[in-house]
Amino acid sequence: MRIMNYELQIRNSKIFKTTFLIFLLFTSLSGFSQFTIPEKPKEQTSVYDFANLLSPEEKIQLEEKLIRYSDSTTTQIVVATILDLKGESIDVVSTNWAQKWGIGQAKEDNGVFILVAKNDRKISIRPGYGLEDKLIAATCGQIIDYVITPEFKAGSFYKGLDKGADAIIEVVKGKYKGTRKQNKQGDFPFFPILIVIVILIIIFANNKKNGGGNSGNRGGGGFDLADIIILSSLGRNSGGGSFGGGFGGSSGGGGFGGGFGGGGFSGGGASGGW
Amino acid sequence: MDFKKFLPWIIGAVVIFAIYSWVKGINNTAVTLGQTVEQSWGDVQTSYQRRNDLIGNLVNTVKGAAEFEKGTLTAVIEARSKATSVTVDPTNITPEQLAEFNKAQSGVSSALSRLLVTVEAYPDLKANQNFLDLQRELASTENQILTARTRFNEAVKPYNTHIKTFPNSMFAGMFGFKEKAYFQAVEGAEKPVEVKF
Repeated sequence: MRIMNYELQIRNSKIFKTTFLIFLLFTSLSGFSQFTIPEKPKEQTSVYDFANLLSPEEKIQLEEKLIRYSDSTTTQIVVATILDLKGESIDVVSTNWAQKWGIGQAKEDNGVFILVAKNDRKISIRPGYGLEDKLIAATCGQIIDYVITPEFKAGSFYKGLDKGADAIIEVVKGKYKGTRKQNKQGDFPFFPILIVIVILIIIFANNKKNGGGNSGNRGGGGFDLADIIILSSLGRNSGGGSFGGGFGGSSGGGGFGGGFGGGGFSGGGASGGW
Repeated sequence: MDFKKFLPWIIGAVVIFAIYSWVKGINNTAVTLGQTVEQSWGDVQTSYQRRNDLIGNLVNTVKGAAEFEKGTLTAVIEARSKATSVTVDPTNITPEQLAEFNKAQSGVSSALSRLLVTVEAYPDLKANQNFLDLQRELASTENQILTARTRFNEAVKPYNTHIKTFPNSMFAGMFGFKEKAYFQAVEGAEKPVEVKF
């Protein structure tokens, strides 16, 4: 036993060492991650103006335009603004951000992510895998250098982003078609139904046994109170609950239909400054 | 029917089945995780390949526009052909293979960096639209390389943890699962080539 314990200790220290080395490796590869990418939001829409670069009206205008575009093409263009990159590369941050949120549909990978860092005076455009053939890096760079940043320099973030979005829409025109997706319905509740069936079988089996014997408490094959309570509460939890939620969600209206689809990003794209 | 007579057999069968599904689970998880590693290795190779393709275009553009030291251009071409000759078997990525690959590619990175620095002295080139677009593509590819490398390491981690932790480690060797290598940060390779505009 003692020998085994000792071996286990060695093994543990080895594991510790390797994980430590891996940790070192990652931090050296990606630099110290000081900028934390926000969690995927509950309300998944097209504009996240964390740095307050747009007026409320401008934000709504741009947001609705991009949602309408997504409704007819399933292509999701998302704009986010932040104050500060905290010393990190905008290429790395925007790639990881887009990947983490899963912008675009999973199968088509047709997302575009635009990140603006106000204090760093940097902007980045990242196309998903599916759009890389149209939005090649040279094109992304041209949109940044000749369409967006001149407007930024002139003082209007809205004009730059709006014109930039138009340019992107123009470039990817015709590649994807589609209709607005419904927000996720509750999955069909197989598991709760299975439990109900199992419980029913058990109850009936019990009743059969009881009926054969002569325990006078239960008459015939009916349910007793406890059974009824269990069954009715199960029913309420599974069927009713999830369907109600599903319909409630789809009538919400705002944001992308179906939310972010889980599109992937290779790291291609371009960035620039103003 | 003598139930007691069969009981040991039934227990034996259940135990064997339990062990079988447990070992099967270990094996199949290792296979799945290993495939993710191979897939992300594919992305690593694609991104480096793309850079090599771009270098061809870049060299041609620079050659036509600038009459500077031939040495810098030759260095890039040589480093590139050296890097293309290093192949890695994706199903069995050994630390040695990966280190060799890494070294060859970082040779390309540093030669490329030198070239891009030299180019700074040629204003004609910097105003050339074709050259600007090439630079944009190059910057994009450098970020793809960085992304692919990071994701490769991220894919190797759960695989290695799976086959190296007890008790899985007892079976991993039996089934021929070997530890996979990580990308080490070689001098200059951890940082993408800086493309200035």
